[in-house]
Amino acid sequence: MEKVYSKPRLLTDAVMHYCPGCSHGTIHKIVAEVIAELGIESSTIGVSPVGCSVFAYKYIDIDWIQAAHGRACAVASAVKRLEPEKMVFTYQGDGDLSAIGTGETIHACNRGENIAVIYVNNAIYGMTGGQMAPTTLVGMKTSTSPGGREVNIHGYPFKVADMVAQLEGVCYVTRQSVHTPASVRKAKKAIRLAFENALAGKGLSFVEVVSSCNSGWKMSPVGANEWMEQNMFPFYKLGDIKV
Amino acid sequence: MAKGRVEIDRERCKGCEVCIGACPVSILALSSSVNGKGYAYAEAVLPEKCTGCANCALVCPDGCIEVWRD
Ligand SMILES: Cc1ncc(C[n+]2csc(CCOP(=O)(O)OP(=O)(O)O)c2C)c(N)n1
Ligand code: SF4
Ligand code: SF4
Repeated sequence: MEKVYSKPRLLTDAVMHYCPGCSHGTIHKIVAEVIAELGIESSTIGVSPVGCSVFAYKYIDIDWIQAAHGRACAVASAVKRLEPEKMVFTYQGDGDLSAIGTGETIHACNRGENIAVIYVNNAIYGMTGGQMAPTTLVGMKTSTSPGGREVNIHGYPFKVADMVAQLEGVCYVTRQSVHTPASVRKAKKAIRLAFENALAGKGLSFVEVVSSCNSGWKMSPVGANEWMEQNMFPFYKLGDIKV
Repeated sequence: MAKGRVEIDRERCKGCEVCIGACPVSILALSSSVNGKGYAYAEAVLPEKCTGCANCALVCPDGCIEVWRD
């Protein structure tokens, strides 16, 4: 028999600290595969965030910089300008990218920095204990909105991808997921295109991955994926937003 | 004869069960014993039915599954 699947070569042997079933692990695997397939492991620089994926640098065997909370797009902009031949990408959660880092994100998008942004939207602050994020759905219960998010107090959930798609510097925006084999295959194609765009200097590519945080959501991993399909996808609609 | 084969790294597995639902021929299940981390781990309980489609491996967040196919 022929081997048709194994752990990606660039994924290290370190056991990831993520909760069982967390989307971060699956997204890391795809990123590692795409970098290996493009043959750019020695010319890629990742920028990791503050959030559960802060330790991404321990798991994918490439060069990394770990940015201060929310600042990944600013750090990546500088790295890309200093090292224009490198493929530079950020990997950020929704708390990092769309709360404390909103300014850095929007202006990197508007400047059209030649980077790729991987945006893991689990609608919550996972690392710190499941607090409400700007992306939390209306009515969604979190540790800081125990009665559910209320529009008249907390405002509306923030659709960052739709917003940055309006900016001229952004060449590609898509919203994906990684909870089924088919969605993993699609998300991988999207990340590959984003990395190719960054290499080709086409502007900023933005790949949102609608994700589950089963610990923060207080569900089982499989139950969280089902809840995501039923509740996240109607609001955060999957598919290309700008190509 | 099975057309495919999976090998699951039971010490790396966290027992999330995501692979189990992804298998189109329902051959995976959680073990009754636990690994060194205390997790029940995924195993192929009907290995002769494996088609080698690799769906389980694609969705495993922890890269625990290797797949072979004829
Ligand atoms: C300046 C600063 N403010 C606040 C925090 C606390 N903090 C750590 S991670 C985090 C949010 C993480 O949420 P998200 O980006 O959605 O990532 P996830 O953990 O869900 O993957 C916050 C608020 C911090 N570390 N630094
Ligand atoms: S807290 Fe949530 S985002 Fe963080 S590792 Fe656990 S499941 Fe993943
Ligand atoms: S998806 Fe991976 S970690 Fe989860 S039960 Fe299956 S083999 Fe174990």
